[in-house]
Amino acid sequence: MGTPSAEDGPGTPGTPSTPSTPSTEAAVSTPGLPAGGAAPHPAEAAGAAAELPAGQGKRLHPVTPWRRAWAPLTGMSAVLAQNAEQLPGWLGSLGPGRLLLLALGLLACGSAYGFLSWRVTRYLVTDTELRIRTGLLFRRTAHLRLDRIQSIDITRPLLARALGVAKLKMDVVGSGEADELAYLGEEEARALRAELLARAAGIAPEAVPSAGEAPARELHQVDPGTLVRALALTGRVWAPVVVTLVVAPLLWWFSDSLFATAAFLLPMLAAIWRAGLGTFLLQYGWTVSESPDGLRLDHGLLQRDHATVPPGRVQSVRLVEPLLWRARGWVRVELRVAGEGTESGLLVPVAPRRLAADLVGRILPGLDIEGTLAAITPVPRRARWAAPVRRVGYGLGVTPSVFVARSGRLRRVHELVPHAKVQSVRLTRGPWTRLLGLAHIHVDHGANGTASARLLDAAQAEREVAAQAVRSRLGRRTAVPERWLTGGG
Amino acid sequence: MEPALLTMRRLLLVCWLAPLALAAGVLPPLLGGPALALLALPPLAALPWGWWALGRNWASWCYLERDDDLLIRRGVMWQQLTVVPYGRMQLVEVTSGPLDRRFGLARLQLHTAAAATDATIPGLAPAEAERLRDRLTELGEARSAGL
Repeated sequence: MGTPSAEDGPGTPGTPSTPSTPSTEAAVSTPGLPAGGAAPHPAEAAGAAAELPAGQGKRLHPVTPWRRAWAPLTGMSAVLAQNAEQLPGWLGSLGPGRLLLLALGLLACGSAYGFLSWRVTRYLVTDTELRIRTGLLFRRTAHLRLDRIQSIDITRPLLARALGVAKLKMDVVGSGEADELAYLGEEEARALRAELLARAAGIAPEAVPSAGEAPARELHQVDPGTLVRALALTGRVWAPVVVTLVVAPLLWWFSDSLFATAAFLLPMLAAIWRAGLGTFLLQYGWTVSESPDGLRLDHGLLQRDHATVPPGRVQSVRLVEPLLWRARGWVRVELRVAGEGTESGLLVPVAPRRLAADLVGRILPGLDIEGTLAAITPVPRRARWAAPVRRVGYGLGVTPSVFVARSGRLRRVHELVPHAKVQSVRLTRGPWTRLLGLAHIHVDHGANGTASARLLDAAQAEREVAAQAVRSRLGRRTAVPERWLTGGG
Repeated sequence: MEPALLTMRRLLLVCWLAPLALAAGVLPPLLGGPALALLALPPLAALPWGWWALGRNWASWCYLERDDDLLIRRGVMWQQLTVVPYGRMQLVEVTSGPLDRRFGLARLQLHTAAAATDATIPGLAPAEAERLRDRLTELGEARSAGL
């Protein structure tokens, strides 16, 4: 009988492949499983030695296989549901006894698969890397460089909270998807997160186990009342409601078909849910705290999420002020971090301006936000021939540390890019803008985004582009070091 | 840019437009009246205009290696000036398709951590493309920094 490691063939270290999803792999691997189940220890250890030294890797929480056991069952029920018409015929020919046997067999296969894939999944933290080895049939070994980790999130869905486990998600530059370790014990996840962040920050490895989780100081918590009022004042929540209320009766009136109406209503209801209650549940109890390893974000009512944003990894900051928030002085702060994963990239869903300025000041040290916003100059009057309405929102500001572009007449957006994070600068103009003597500046940053200052005076734009190239070069020299606790490169 | 790039692009233009004009001038008169042969006029008119526009566009491309960054300027109607500091370059790529090779051309593309960075120089002589690639790589290493 082949052991799992013998079946899989040699591992491929460092392959940047996508994480294998249990649901798709389940169907492939269950028939090939050895009937005996568990593999003898020494053989597996020998197979693992190529990437992880024997006995050094750690396993995930024992609850994990149960998550995986569901995959074949769901796959099976999906197949059955799709062939619903032939179902009675099949069932009749099988008889109840065999049916029970079949279900039990499937369950056994599922659990065996879950158990085995749990057995072969290991992770190990070295001085420079986090190594994750996973996959029963298709071996995947991921080596994540600690100094390239952009953020580490802990997610605890409702069921996982009841069981006391958590999912750890790591964002690394250059890998398409976030790598995750699911599930770990809650304490273990927290300790691992602290260790990874400490090592990424450059603390000596011997000191790590005792360093523990860095102490956090709460900076701001959004109270539920403010969150509800803020959500109620945004168009994003009401737009799907209005669309539904207008279109659904019209559709019913004209088509007179229940099916068409339902086909429209169901996605709309989902959109309403997502925009309204879903957002509330996600952003409930939003807490921002400060700790030496970065800003910590905790949020969620049913599913608790925890994210840490290390300093110096933020590529750009967006301050968003919807029209109805402005009178109250509220602002939403969004962050762009290299790599995907930090969901929605929110720093805080709603905060008073002063507090938002304080938070942004902690992310981009030495930035005086009021002074920065005051430095913004509006675009020339003749820009009204290019954008009569939106012209009013456009503006550009430059301070010694950041490039700021303003846009939006009703919903005002300020996009701040630190000079040190600028990847390239572009100046563009079309035929019409050229005729008006105007030009756009686009500043590309490392989080796959662009801050655009539109409709500037052409001569000013030329000057700014030349100056920006110099600023971004010099900005790099004064930037926060890569290993921010020890100051090493 | 190499003049070969202009030759190649003009040749491509003729290769596309000539059969189109021929098809528009022959097929409709056979199916309908002879007046429909006028349909061949737009592609024929597009030919000199395209010839001229390609020439203008070719002349607009230029790049400049400065001490710390690379400038690329292009476009006549829609102008674009791109500045890429050497320290931000993640990868320098030289590609050359079959047609490019036939005309002795190579295309150089710079990648930074931002996908929006649009820094491509088409139509370099292969030797110049290689020289530029090596120099940019060297400068990039000397001035490189993390994200």
